[in-house]
Amino acid sequence: MNQYDAIVIGAGHNGLTNGAYLAKAGLKVAVLERNPYIGGATVSRELHKGWWYSNCSYVSSLLRPEITRDLELPRHGLQVVSFGGGATFMRNGDHFGNYSDHDRHYREMARHSKRDANAYDRYAADTSLQTKLIRPYLMRTPPDPTSMKPKDLRDLLEFARSFMDLGEEKLLDTIKFWTASVGDYLNEYFETDVIKAHMAGSGIIGTALGVYSPGTAYVLLHHYMGDVDGNVGAWGFARGGMGAIADALSKAFQSYGGEIICDANVDEIIVKNGRAAGVALKDGTEYKAPIVVSNLDPKRTFLDITNPSDLPKDVLKKARNFKIRGSSGKLNIALDGLPVFNGLDPRNRLMAGDLHFSDSLERQERAYDDWKAGTWSKDPYLDMMIPSLTDPTMAPPGKHMMSVFVQYAPPKVEGREWTDEDKDGFEKSVIDQISNYSPNFRDLILHCETRTPREIEAEVGLTEGNIFMGELTFDQLLFNRPFPGYAQYRSPIKGMYMCSSGTHPGGGVMAAPGANAAREILADLKKPNTVPGGYADD
Amino acid sequence: MSDVSRDTMLLTTPFHSRVEAMCDLNDWGNWMGYTTPNAYFDIELEYFAVRSTTGVFDLSPMNKYRVTGPDAQRYLDRLITRDVGKIGVDRVGYAIWCDDNGQVMDDGTIFRLGEQDYRICSYQRADDWLAWNTLGFDVTIENESEAVAGLAVQGPTSCTVLTLLGCTDLNQLKPFGIAHYSFEGRPLMVSRTGFTGDLGYEVWVPPESAEALWDQLFELGRDYLIKPIGSHALELARIEAGFLQANVDFMPAEEVVRVGRTRSPFELGLGWLVDFKKPLFNGRSALLKEQEKGSRYRFAMLDVEGNKPAEHSFILKGDKQVGTVTSAAWCPTAKANVAYAQIEMPHGAVGDELVAEIYYQRELHWTRLLAPCKVIDAPIFKSPKRWQTPAPPH
Repeated sequence: MNQYDAIVIGAGHNGLTNGAYLAKAGLKVAVLERNPYIGGATVSRELHKGWWYSNCSYVSSLLRPEITRDLELPRHGLQVVSFGGGATFMRNGDHFGNYSDHDRHYREMARHSKRDANAYDRYAADTSLQTKLIRPYLMRTPPDPTSMKPKDLRDLLEFARSFMDLGEEKLLDTIKFWTASVGDYLNEYFETDVIKAHMAGSGIIGTALGVYSPGTAYVLLHHYMGDVDGNVGAWGFARGGMGAIADALSKAFQSYGGEIICDANVDEIIVKNGRAAGVALKDGTEYKAPIVVSNLDPKRTFLDITNPSDLPKDVLKKARNFKIRGSSGKLNIALDGLPVFNGLDPRNRLMAGDLHFSDSLERQERAYDDWKAGTWSKDPYLDMMIPSLTDPTMAPPGKHMMSVFVQYAPPKVEGREWTDEDKDGFEKSVIDQISNYSPNFRDLILHCETRTPREIEAEVGLTEGNIFMGELTFDQLLFNRPFPGYAQYRSPIKGMYMCSSGTHPGGGVMAAPGANAAREILADLKKPNTVPGGYADD
Repeated sequence: MSDVSRDTMLLTTPFHSRVEAMCDLNDWGNWMGYTTPNAYFDIELEYFAVRSTTGVFDLSPMNKYRVTGPDAQRYLDRLITRDVGKIGVDRVGYAIWCDDNGQVMDDGTIFRLGEQDYRICSYQRADDWLAWNTLGFDVTIENESEAVAGLAVQGPTSCTVLTLLGCTDLNQLKPFGIAHYSFEGRPLMVSRTGFTGDLGYEVWVPPESAEALWDQLFELGRDYLIKPIGSHALELARIEAGFLQANVDFMPAEEVVRVGRTRSPFELGLGWLVDFKKPLFNGRSALLKEQEKGSRYRFAMLDVEGNKPAEHSFILKGDKQVGTVTSAAWCPTAKANVAYAQIEMPHGAVGDELVAEIYYQRELHWTRLLAPCKVIDAPIFKSPKRWQTPAPPH
C-alpha cells in the first residue's frame, strides 16, 4: 500500500520538519530519502573510527527555538550546546579574539584600536536594528506583493510600516544596508584590518560573492539572525554532531505516525490532470499522494524531478536562472591532539570558537578573485571549528575533530569538471593555510575527508554544492525566494509544494522553510494549523 | 591598610586561590559570608559545561553539621519529616525540616556516614535550631562547615574525570550513594548528589587537600572539557532540573516576620518527604491538620508560552490574581520557558491553564505581557544519565 496523504522528497531537516507538522495534523506522511541515511546536509558520520564528523553543516544557531520546543526535540534526544570564543590569526603572529563579555571584548578590540573598540557599540546597535527588521518574518510566509488577498495586503502593510517607523535617516541606512557590500558596511565603522576581516567572514560564507560585492551585508545579517536562547547571534553545536538534529526531527515525525523510506531515489513527480498524484522512483516504485512536497533545491525540483511538460515556461525559465552557485568546500579532519596556533595558548577558551586566518578584507577579496578565475583560492578564507572542544562525544579524549569550511571553491575548475588531482590541490591549499599558523598541525592529521562542490553535489544533492540552496541576495529573498510569484511554498502544479532552504527564509539549519510550508499546505487542505508562530522579537 | 580589624571581613573558601585564578570576569558575590564567583567566564557556557562535559562548583560555604551519638537516628527522626531509618549507611537522603507549625525551615541532604553518624548539609545556618532539638537526646552536634571543603563535579563526563582522580569503580555508585577514597594521604568522600539534574557528584575533602584536589581535577579533566562554574550558571541548571532554593522559592520559617509568608511541605510540592508513619517529628500535628483541612497554596511548575522569563510575575486565572512566581528561566537545554509559582488553592493543579503577567524592559521601556501558561507535572529537563548505573562515560 504505497498510498499516502502527503509525500515529502528529501529527509533533510526541512523535509523532516515539514513531514512532522503534516503528520501532527493527522496526515499519513512518508518522507523519501535518496541516501541510505537521513539528514541530507544535517548529518553526523563516523568516517574515521572513533571520530564523528558533522561533515556538511557544522553549527546550529538558526534552528528556530519555536520548532525545537513545539516538536519537543530535546525529549527526542536533541541537545544543542553553546560554544564561545573564536579568533582570527594574523600574519604578524598576533590574533584578534572574540569574547562574549562586552568589556573583555572591548579590551581585546582596544588592543588593536581604541576607536574601533568604541565604534563597536554603534556597529552592534545598527546591525541589531537590521536583524530586528527581518527576524519577525522567519516563521512566516512572505507576503505576495502582487496579491490582493487580505492576508497579503495586511502583511505587506505591516512590513512597510516597520520600515517607515524607522524614520528617514534609519530608513535610508536600511535601504543602503540591504544592497551594500559587507566590506563597505564595515568600513563605515572600523579602521583595523583584522577586526573588519574577522567580522566580514559572515558576509561571504556560503555565497559566491566577495567582501566588496553588493548584497553581502545582508548575508552577514543572515548569520546573526540565529539565536541560541534568545542570545541573538549566539552559536551552538548539536551534541553528537548535526545528525542529532535530523535524528530528533525524525523521532518527532515518527511519533506522529510518519514513515521514513530510505534508498528511495525519486525520478519524477507524477502529475495527473494538472494535479500532483505521487512520485515515481528510479527503480520504478510508485508512491501515491495528492500532496507532494519537494525538499530539493528549486533547480532540482523543477528541472530534474518535474516533467517540463507539466510546468509553465515561466517557471522553467525562473528555475534555470535561479542563482545557486557553488562557492565553498569542506575539510573534515581527525586530529591526534590539539593543534597549537601562533600567539595563542591552546588552553585559551578562544580555541573553542570559529577560527580564521584571513586578516584583511584585501586577502578575502583576493580569495574571491581566484574563484572568479575559476580556481580554488590560493589563500583561502577558512571558517574552522574544533567541536570536540565543546562536545566530548565527537572524538576520543584528548583527540579532536576539526571542521574546516573553505571559501572559495568554484563549481567547475576553469570551466571543466573537478578531477581528483584538483581535489588534492584544493586540500593542499587548505592544509598549507592552517600549517602556516600552526607548526604541529600537519603532524596531527589522522584522517581527512575533503569535499569540493563536486562531492557535496553528488552526495548531498545540493546543486553546485551551494550550502544555502540558492544565494541569499535581495533578488532571491523574501517574496523573491525562490522566485517572484512562487514565494509562498506553492508550485504551479496543484498539490505540489516546496519546503527547502531554497524557499523563504533561506539556508542554514533553521527548519523554518519546512515549517512555513507545512502551514500553507494545511491551510490549503483546510486542516487546523499545527505550526507555531515566531516568538515576538523585541 | 585598613585600620579596623579584618577578622570580620568576608571569608574565602579553601579553593579561593584557584577559583580566583580562573575567574576571568572578576564577578564576585557573597554567599553565606564567603566571597564566591557569580560567573567565571560566561554564564551560558558554564551552564553548558554541566550539561555536556563537566562543571565544577565550589560548594564549601554550605553548612555542614555532624550528628553523632547513640540517639543520632532518633534525634534526626524528630528533626526531619522523612523516615531517617530508610537512609542506609553510605547513602544520602534529601530532606526538609519544619518548625512546630509544620512550616519549612530549610531543605538539605542527610549523609549517613555510620550507624549513628550523620552529616546534615544545609543551605541555611542551623546551629541554634539543632542545639535546641538535642534536649532529651544523647547526641553531639558539631559544626564542621569549615572543616569540610566541597566541590560539586557535575556533568556527563564527571564520572570519568573522578575515576581518573582515583575514585575506582565510581561508575558503580548508585544515585545518592557515598564512596570513600583517599587523596594524597587524606580522606576523600564522594557522594552521587547534586543540584543540576545531571549525572554528577559532590566531592568532600579536608581544607588542606582543597588546592591539590582542584589542581589535579582540572589537570586530569582537561581532555574531558572540565570547566569551573559560578552561582549564576548553577541557578539556571537547578531551575531547569526542578530544585527549590531556600530564600528564593520559600522563606525559612524562623526568619519570617509577616503572618502567612511561611510555607508547609505540601505547599512546596514536598509532601512526599513527610512520613506520618513516624509517631513524632517537628510539625507533625500541624501537618496532619493541614492534610485534613487542606493547604493554602500549591507549588506549581509552569510551562510559559513565549520566550520571556516570567521573573517576579503575578499569576492570573481569568482576571483574578492567584499566585506569584518565585523562580523563572528560559531553559537552554529543554528549550522551554519555565517558572515556579506559589498558587492559591484550589488553583494550580496539573494541567490548569493560567496566565503569567510578565514585565520586561528593553532600553528603559517596560512592556507588560500576558503569557498563557500551563501547570506541568514534572521538571522540564530530565537527563537519563542522572539515574543510570553504571554511570555513562560521557
